[in-house]
Amino acid sequence: MAASVGGMTITEKILARHSGRDRVEPGEFINAKVDFVLANDVTAPPAIKEFEKMGAKSVFDPERVALVPDHFVPNKDIKSAENSKLIREFARKHGIKYFFEVGRMGIEHVILPELGLVLPGDVVIGADSHTCTYGAVGAFSTGVGSTDMAAAMALGEIWLKVPPSLKFIYHGKPGKWVGGKDLILYTIGKIGVDGALYKAMEFTGEAVENLPIDDRFTMANMAIEAGAKSGIFDPDEVALEYVRPRAVRGYELYHSDPDAQYEKVYEFDVSEIEPQVAFPHLPENARPISEVGDVRIDQAIIGSCTNGRISDLRLAAEVLKGRRVHRDVRLIVIPGTQEVYRQALDEGLISIFIDAGAAVSTPTCGPCLGGHMGILAKGERAISTTNRNFVGRMGHPESEVYLANPAVAAASAVLGRIASPEEVA
Amino acid sequence: MRQEFTGRVWKFGDNIDTDVIIPARYLNTSDPAELAQHCMEDADPEFTKKIAAGDIIVAGTNFGCGSSREHAPVSIKAAGISCVIAKSFARIFFRNAINIGLPIFECAEAVDDASTGDTIRVNPEAGTIVNVTKGRTYRVPEFPPFMRKIIDAGGLTQYVKARLAGG
Repeated sequence: MAASVGGMTITEKILARHSGRDRVEPGEFINAKVDFVLANDVTAPPAIKEFEKMGAKSVFDPERVALVPDHFVPNKDIKSAENSKLIREFARKHGIKYFFEVGRMGIEHVILPELGLVLPGDVVIGADSHTCTYGAVGAFSTGVGSTDMAAAMALGEIWLKVPPSLKFIYHGKPGKWVGGKDLILYTIGKIGVDGALYKAMEFTGEAVENLPIDDRFTMANMAIEAGAKSGIFDPDEVALEYVRPRAVRGYELYHSDPDAQYEKVYEFDVSEIEPQVAFPHLPENARPISEVGDVRIDQAIIGSCTNGRISDLRLAAEVLKGRRVHRDVRLIVIPGTQEVYRQALDEGLISIFIDAGAAVSTPTCGPCLGGHMGILAKGERAISTTNRNFVGRMGHPESEVYLANPAVAAASAVLGRIASPEEVA
Repeated sequence: MRQEFTGRVWKFGDNIDTDVIIPARYLNTSDPAELAQHCMEDADPEFTKKIAAGDIIVAGTNFGCGSSREHAPVSIKAAGISCVIAKSFARIFFRNAINIGLPIFECAEAVDDASTGDTIRVNPEAGTIVNVTKGRTYRVPEFPPFMRKIIDAGGLTQYVKARLAGG
């Protein structure tokens, strides 16, 4: 590895710090200390089995492990109930502080930042591909499988290959109905579903500096849909306003140097970006809303780790207020956490949804991965604020999922076809 | 990884995601035998009926993209597939395959030339892939030493077990 001088990216600084080094270079293998480890009800059961096979007696730190049953809960069948039980018993046995029970839970990538458990400068390892979400607060966070998670839970460290960074600069001011979801779908549309394979996506520029934290979570969340190892934002004042009142422990702020090295730099003018819709069956099939054409829908989903936060629900409510869901459409709204649910209730958003003829669910990943709570029949079509539109993702292999922001999903639910919020508002 | 793999090719395209490798409707279990019954079901519903032990999946770019579910490489391995050759692998799938001991190889030329039904022989020690049907040989790059340690230990679980036992 040729020694190099010059600046480092935020990702390189975090990884250097966690591997006891002054600097690291892309391509290097390192052992990094982890600050937080998580798994869900799909990935924790195999992780627990591997953890036990490893002969581990205890987790590295019971206050830095979260087990979040969220995919198939409230338990959808007996096997799911057995999985939740296995996790619950493991959490009790090892004194794991952050085990989240139905009624006090949330979707993992919404609830962990909300409770201040994942923080700027952290290395976070999660047995869920959307673990990259926490880059929104300036953490290095990445998804792994169950065995990797088990090893991290036992050792408090993980082997990583330092990723090269790609820099995305967003200029300009976005239109009224354009948010983080549209920026990330547009970006994936430009670079493709493997456009950032193994790499760190760093989101910058004046449009990003003005972007609310919820939109940043949405963007970092979908870095994996471009194949990225991680997505990250500078932990600026917007991020710190969110983090400060929540943080359960100290944290460190890292910033990319002005002369940091990037493998590639992309620049986009967001004032030219319309609300985006990703057509089946890949997130890269993004089209501007004006080019969608007449696409009838059977179902609309508003929620998930991508768009299940309070500002997402506000946006949907703004469109739905005083309107009715189209008679041929089922609209399902899923707040990301109990806290989001409560806030939506306090703000009157839940009444707006119910008055519109929508179903409102307790937090769950449910339909996003075709688990439960809104499975599609053969030939059915859904517009969804979730993150993937793969074959069979929400149900039957011959069903279709179109990805969009919450305002587009709400407008589409009203009109019965994929529509711009401007058509109803 | 000392043994040689010989098997018939089942060829797939680019961006084969973990939802088609093992659909989420089967993720309420992590039992390898159960997962094996649904391997590749949403890409080819007849897949598990057609394959024989030792067969090889050959695919394009970004194989295993999407969800982090380790159930995906587990279902492939438990279905009896000996190894996967692709132009590139999604990174979580790559780690998972190494960790659970499903042999994987990146070799774009071998993928381009291979067709379903070809016989392929892989020798990981020699670093070669031979398409017996087409009579062509390809080099595969070695795994970095760091990863070899995990592979040689028999997967990450065994690697960590040895480390924990060694104090």
